Amino acid sequence: MTAIEQTSGTAVRERATGGAGSGGSDRPRRVYRRGPLRRMRSLPLYLAGLAVFLFSVFPVYWMIITAFKPVGEIFTRDQTFFPNAPTLEHFDRVLNGNLIPGVNFWEFLGNSLLVTIASVAMGAFLSLLAAVAVARFRFRLRTAFIILLLMIQMVPMEALIISIFINFRQLSDVSGVELLGNLSGLLIVYTAVSLPITILMLRGFVAAVPKELEEAAAIDGAGPWTVFWRILMPLVAPGLVAASIFAFITAWNEFIVALTFLGRSTEEYTLPLTLSYYFGRFGTEWGSIMAASTLLTIPVMIFFLFVQRRMVSGLTMGAVKG
Amino acid sequence: MAQTVEPRTARGRGEAAPAPVSKIAPRRRKLPIPYLLIGPALILLAIVLLWPIVQMVWYSFTDFTTRNLLPNQPGPTWNGFSHYQTLLSDPEFWTILRNTVVVCVLMVGITMVLGTLVGLLLHKLPKWFAGFVSIGMMLAWATPALSASLVFRWLFLPERGLVNVTLDSLPDWLVGSGWLDYNWFLEPLPLFSILITVIVWQSFPFIAVSVLAGLKSIPDELYEAARMDGASAWKAFWNVTFPMLRPLFALLLILQIIWDLRVFTQLYILANSFQNKDVYLLSYYIYQQGFSASPANYGMGSAIAVVMTVMILFVTAYYLRIMIRQGETR
Repeated sequence: MTAIEQTSGTAVRERATGGAGSGGSDRPRRVYRRGPLRRMRSLPLYLAGLAVFLFSVFPVYWMIITAFKPVGEIFTRDQTFFPNAPTLEHFDRVLNGNLIPGVNFWEFLGNSLLVTIASVAMGAFLSLLAAVAVARFRFRLRTAFIILLLMIQMVPMEALIISIFINFRQLSDVSGVELLGNLSGLLIVYTAVSLPITILMLRGFVAAVPKELEEAAAIDGAGPWTVFWRILMPLVAPGLVAASIFAFITAWNEFIVALTFLGRSTEEYTLPLTLSYYFGRFGTEWGSIMAASTLLTIPVMIFFLFVQRRMVSGLTMGAVKG
Repeated sequence: MAQTVEPRTARGRGEAAPAPVSKIAPRRRKLPIPYLLIGPALILLAIVLLWPIVQMVWYSFTDFTTRNLLPNQPGPTWNGFSHYQTLLSDPEFWTILRNTVVVCVLMVGITMVLGTLVGLLLHKLPKWFAGFVSIGMMLAWATPALSASLVFRWLFLPERGLVNVTLDSLPDWLVGSGWLDYNWFLEPLPLFSILITVIVWQSFPFIAVSVLAGLKSIPDELYEAARMDGASAWKAFWNVTFPMLRPLFALLLILQIIWDLRVFTQLYILANSFQNKDVYLLSYYIYQQGFSASPANYGMGSAIAVVMTVMILFVTAYYLRIMIRQGETR
């Protein structure tokens, strides 16, 4: 809860500074705590909370439950809230069959993992360099660079999609390296897209490392490279992990650029694109569509658990979203 | 607003001290080290994201089409403001623009109100129960846009979708009849309603959790004072909570507007074709002009993209102002 608190804390701080208790998370809630009467009065609150919970969870529950239902229980008007005869046939079909003729799930998973992990790694490296520059040096274009990052963060890919596509078409022609129809173009775009947010996040972590530490190491005879690896890196690592997970989720979910760049090269498809293609071709196979959707969702859910605490702060910088 | 607190406070702590140092330091290291460090990132951003913005504006004044992409073909020719003139005199474009604005306002409005209410609710609930509800909201939040859209399409499917089946089983005097075969995905009104539902479902947890965090930073004394003065919960919200959280609300509002203007994936799955122009939104229209129309009309698509970018630019300007005021650029 702390990270979340801090986030809005900063926005609120200016106004709330006068307040005696700033971190009020542990203070007992005001009303509704003692006595059966109070508990009765707070019943509507519990019910409302339960309603919010159900509203949030139900579609996810329905997705998973459908994936385990045999076809007979899907193709019917009598939809049940629990599969009578749970089956793995849909998962079997998704994992072992061909989602797109000639290509199976594992190859698409490989594509998605390759482009996601490679772009995250490249992005982490580039943004670490830039973050060190912004946090440790004062140079003339520094403020301009930060403002540029804040602006680029808001640039809508959906509006730029045509010119980005043409840009990469022309880059391919000029360089002789084909960037469309395979993962290389996507890799470049995904790396670039997550740079602003990761630089802005990491900058804070780099700035948090006391300069004295680096200076002490330098006095002990460490070169700049040693200082970077032995002093800065271990301290910045948690931030690097958080920023990388944001970048991972963004790239993992990305759809419109993959759709335009990969076109008909089905063997290069990433998972979201595969799922959309499969839906277009076998739109009535809801069991396998839901099974594939579940598989697409699982990695994101796992990462959410990891970064849950930093999610809000990072998102306020505009990171992860559809 | 942006950082987690560790860096934040540290920066606050460090800012005061290194400031004088940094005035001397740059003279000593006049080396272009910082430029070497930001160089790779800057070059990549310039090629991938900045240059296309320039190109987009330029293409919107040309008749660019697929033919111009072929080797040994002349580049696109300038045709001035004709795309913009066509757009402005095209009632279809105005309808799409209006729908985009209306749908976006509804998404943002409902998300903000619902998110704030849930945030207030979580604040009142005991910790264990609030945590339980938050975990549920995390699931909605973490679901990829594509999975979410597919689930909602399945929920609202004619004849077998749970919503249709349930509505059909309810008494006719309550909901009317004919729900079983009802197709939600053909007409703008039902389709946009589902689109809004998907977006709200995915976005309200973020608002709720942010508002909850904000509420925790408001000292209880303020509410006690308000209660002493006899203020109702409603009055306390508008006279204490809202003014205290105004900066937070402004930022959330901006982010939400920008995200919701861009919605594409969800509509792509829900509409599932480009045949019905009535259900287009701006981002969908851009994509259709560029990659679904035949022949592709890159010029027109770019002109629409310029319109959308200008809309987002206004919101971004406000966002920048907030960030600069909060000292994020320092």
